[in-house]
Amino acid sequence: MSSRAASLPEEGRLRSLVDFYSTQMRTSVVAQLQYRAANYFYMLGMVAEPVIYLVVWSTIAEQHGGAVNGITAGQFAAYYIVWTLVRNMNIVFGAPFWEWRIREGRLAGDLLRPLNILHYDLAYFAGWKFVVVGLWLPIAVGLSAVFHPDLHPSALEIVVFIIAIWGAYFVRSMFQATLGMLNFWTTRGAAVFDLYMATEMLLSGRLVPLALMPGWVQTLANFLPFKWTFGFPIESLVSNLSTRSLLLGLGAQVMWTVIGYVLFTFAWRAAIKRFSAVGA
Amino acid sequence: MSESVVHVSELTKVFKVPEREAGLRAAGKALIRRKTRDVHAVEAISFDIEPGEVVGFLGPNGAGKTTTLKMLAGLLYPTSGEARVLGHIPSRREKHYLRRMTMVMGNRNQLQWDIPALDSFELNRAIYRLRREDYLAMRDELVELLDVGDLVRKPVRNLSLGERMKVEIVGSLLHRPMVLFLDEPTIGLDVTMQKRIRTFVSEYNQRYGATVLLTSHYMADVEALCKRVIVIHHGQILFDGALANLANEFAAYKTIGVLLEDGSAELDSYGEVISRDGDRAVLRVPKAETSRVAARLLSEHEVLDLTIEEPPIEDVIEMVFAQSR
Repeated sequence: MSSRAASLPEEGRLRSLVDFYSTQMRTSVVAQLQYRAANYFYMLGMVAEPVIYLVVWSTIAEQHGGAVNGITAGQFAAYYIVWTLVRNMNIVFGAPFWEWRIREGRLAGDLLRPLNILHYDLAYFAGWKFVVVGLWLPIAVGLSAVFHPDLHPSALEIVVFIIAIWGAYFVRSMFQATLGMLNFWTTRGAAVFDLYMATEMLLSGRLVPLALMPGWVQTLANFLPFKWTFGFPIESLVSNLSTRSLLLGLGAQVMWTVIGYVLFTFAWRAAIKRFSAVGA
Repeated sequence: MSESVVHVSELTKVFKVPEREAGLRAAGKALIRRKTRDVHAVEAISFDIEPGEVVGFLGPNGAGKTTTLKMLAGLLYPTSGEARVLGHIPSRREKHYLRRMTMVMGNRNQLQWDIPALDSFELNRAIYRLRREDYLAMRDELVELLDVGDLVRKPVRNLSLGERMKVEIVGSLLHRPMVLFLDEPTIGLDVTMQKRIRTFVSEYNQRYGATVLLTSHYMADVEALCKRVIVIHHGQILFDGALANLANEFAAYKTIGVLLEDGSAELDSYGEVISRDGDRAVLRVPKAETSRVAARLLSEHEVLDLTIEEPPIEDVIEMVFAQSR
């Protein structure tokens, strides 16, 4: 082979991966800053959901002498204001968007590159978080001024919370990506995605704090991934969880991230053989 | 003889396509028993490409060109047969392989739409694990070769189709691939831009000794770049050889251009007159009779000039497809 055709030398693997994450995250921030106004309206729209829950539960709490199952209006406020941050942190490349990625030929472009496809999404959305957290801060201040949250976290809880919101991001990324593989078998996966979302709403603490759910639901939630993407990060900051519970929660996030990654890897290997590169 | 860069043997791709009649009854039946049809996009094709070759891959829409390219790029799993590129099996999508090849799809945009191409280039640097000094040198060289200049600083969405294609090519070649799969790289571009991209591909091939497999509906691309062509139709190879030999093998006629002293001379008896402009005429004559007709013209008329040519490559390709029907 011609020596002129030799490829360029490569940087080391780990260094390159760190370099890729920082570059992709920067690129994501640059792209998102192009749409500051759109992002802000999106954030405002997203806040509507927890505000509705918050108003409903605060009203119920007042009607029940100031608390529901021991949760006061101030604690509800803390729960749902932290909810808004956790929700923004666990937004990932959703399963339904895999259909768009395939149809638009984006997947073909990604497959031509020498990098696991998960890295693109993890890095891109991780960068996006820095933009939305910046936009979230004034919203959180506004909500706090109106609803007076009862929030007094310890230093340990703050540290665990910061780790847990990233843990939630990874767990949710893995399971949404695995679910997204369904798009390689059918273009009508919406019903399955909706079922998954509904289950997540109920068993994650997104719709209702898990403490208000029946005991068997709480037990079931402990053995499924959903709680570790919503309820646990919120409770790590707003509830007085024991140090053991905090560490067990982080451990559960690591475990579900690994399980999700293994499931994704198997599903991906099968899915990619079915890829017909339509739209590419 | 050197080892082939691309080796394809009995490569086949069959797609299963769902199929049903129109109407409610057929829709109901499809619920119980889904009918599918096998579409043989590529059928047992074989060829080899040597290092540094630029090969044109020709065929009408649906012939199997892009499917073959996608199998070679690792985007599609073959149904059967063997493909090896640079010693790798493409469908395994090994990172070492992906770092040494590229595929440019003329109708697809792989750069990020909302940001300047420079940002996407930077991302490719990280993805391909390029050393910064190598990346900068290669980027600047490509920017200069394609005359992209400040275009790389504009958001991609603000570029014209031709400008976008040029920056797309820069982005695809930053890692200096040894094999280029170019799928309609000049589609939709104006003549000047087509020429620019052709010149660039030729320059890249010569500068780096890269191997190129190119599909294009523009014969000017093929004539300018490819000494060898592979013609594919209905998933099967109809011709694989020198572009110059294509006409010899498939064209049933040649064209004779004459410039006569007497512009009113009757020429119908020599062959089919395909154009006449005063003293000039172009005749289409059966290949076997070309010499005899030319001799008759020279002996029976005052001929000021006479040329014998193969038919245009577009016509030859059309003949190839017509003969395969």
